[in-house]
Amino acid sequence: MYSEKVMDHFQNPRNVGEIENASGVGTVGNAKCGDIMRMYLDIDENGVIRDCKFKTFGCGAAVATSSMATELVMGKTIQEALEVTNKAVMEALDGLPPVKVHCSLLAEEAIHAALWDYAEKNGIKIEGLEKPKSDISEGEEEEDY
Amino acid sequence: MDRVIYLDNAATTKCAPEVVDAMLPYFTESYGNPSSIYKLGQKSKAAVDTAREIIAKSLGAQNNEIYFTAGGSESDNWALKATAEAYSAKGKHIITSAIEHHAILHTCEYLQKQGFEVTYVGVDENGVLKLDELKAAIRPDTILISVMFANNEIGTIQPIKEIGEIARANGIFFHTDAVQAYGQVPIDVDELNIDMLSASGHKLNGPKGVGFLYIRKGVKIRSFVHGGQQERARRAGTENVTGIVGIGAAARLAHETMQARTAREIELRDYLIGRILDEIPNTKLNGHRTDRLPNNANFSFEFIEGESLLIMLDMKGICGSSGSACTSGSLDPSHVLLAIGLVHEIAHGSLRLTLSAETTKEDIDYTVDSVKEIVAKLRGMSPLYEDYKAGKVKAKIQ
Repeated sequence: MYSEKVMDHFQNPRNVGEIENASGVGTVGNAKCGDIMRMYLDIDENGVIRDCKFKTFGCGAAVATSSMATELVMGKTIQEALEVTNKAVMEALDGLPPVKVHCSLLAEEAIHAALWDYAEKNGIKIEGLEKPKSDISEGEEEEDY
Repeated sequence: MDRVIYLDNAATTKCAPEVVDAMLPYFTESYGNPSSIYKLGQKSKAAVDTAREIIAKSLGAQNNEIYFTAGGSESDNWALKATAEAYSAKGKHIITSAIEHHAILHTCEYLQKQGFEVTYVGVDENGVLKLDELKAAIRPDTILISVMFANNEIGTIQPIKEIGEIARANGIFFHTDAVQAYGQVPIDVDELNIDMLSASGHKLNGPKGVGFLYIRKGVKIRSFVHGGQQERARRAGTENVTGIVGIGAAARLAHETMQARTAREIELRDYLIGRILDEIPNTKLNGHRTDRLPNNANFSFEFIEGESLLIMLDMKGICGSSGSACTSGSLDPSHVLLAIGLVHEIAHGSLRLTLSAETTKEDIDYTVDSVKEIVAKLRGMSPLYEDYKAGKVKAKIQ
């Protein structure tokens, strides 16, 4: 059901991990739906994404789209990174099954959330960037087993 | 990857070689129509009768109470829709459980649209039907109780005898979807007060596309498929002779080998459960610890998602199943896992492994080692695990 590219990025995900003292960190999705993505960005003084890492809780498509999204924004300027849409991520992966399209939306949102965090930390406004919609804090449940 | 470890026997099973051998002559040699008068036809009829006899005997039923169908879903649909139709004058209320297979749940939803009322009785944290809730749900217009014999996901075996007694004491028909249980646990329809029972061939090393519905004499439900006089005019259509021969042979084999086979499976299953729970932290067993199908194990691994786990297992040649949303084609995880009280993220991280007579200890060891490695890998990529390790959140499964 997955393309070879999706399977490749799922089996050998690029840029998994964390960045200490990251310029921006964004977490989107929620555990209820089964997908959470966290994106770390290291942005240099010229506004270029020097490094990008991710962690994802989710299905094969969620992992693959996260991995591909990190590759697509690496080395880009903030403005260029903003143009990495879910469609671009999907195309780069040779498509996703219809039920998995929401995973690519999450990847786009994760980039935006990390950029939003960067902008807030630095007290700047990034043109064309809106406050990310989804957030991990929604729907958190306190239950024990 | 040559090695295939098939641990998804609740999804379907391999056809036993004995079953295939029994079926083969009915494709090319004895291919006559059982309704035909000549010898070639009568040979097919005799084969169908033999299969019916084997199955009737295995349930303590009469031959004329066994009706062959195209499988478990048809049997479930028939039992529910035809009972609703035939007994609507008495009442329009049906009771079932929250953890039924979709063949029951979606049929109930359909009947609700037709004006029937359905009560979905809950289960406890082990997946056992709440009998007090069942008793409280009974109304004067209740015509049917349908509760599965054993759950397909978590393997929990229901208190069928008690449910049968409650149904009988209240003059309500009792149907059970025994698709997972038939051939795995002994069933006697009289002892358990079962009025209707659904089963399927491909879950017991038989062929796909064939099943049966047991209908107790006196339950006056009508035909679901109209046409010829086959199956005592209750299920028209030329008999699936090869399939029926196959399910008969499979039923015979399953019952002959049941004791030794299930004893061995229980031992391996418990070894699997023991190793997984001992060696992988933040993991729980879903379903009842002991009142469960001999071959079923179902786990939840916190901080990871089931589909990722399944794909990685597949790369190691291991076939399993999950109740995660991604495997259900919707955004919600399995209704069964939610019904036993799991929160969504725990339900998303489930893995079902179902053994067969061919499963070996080496298979289990290889599987546990693989699961361990994969869970560790996926947790290493999980933001939830990162937060847990950083002390930001508490684990839900200790």
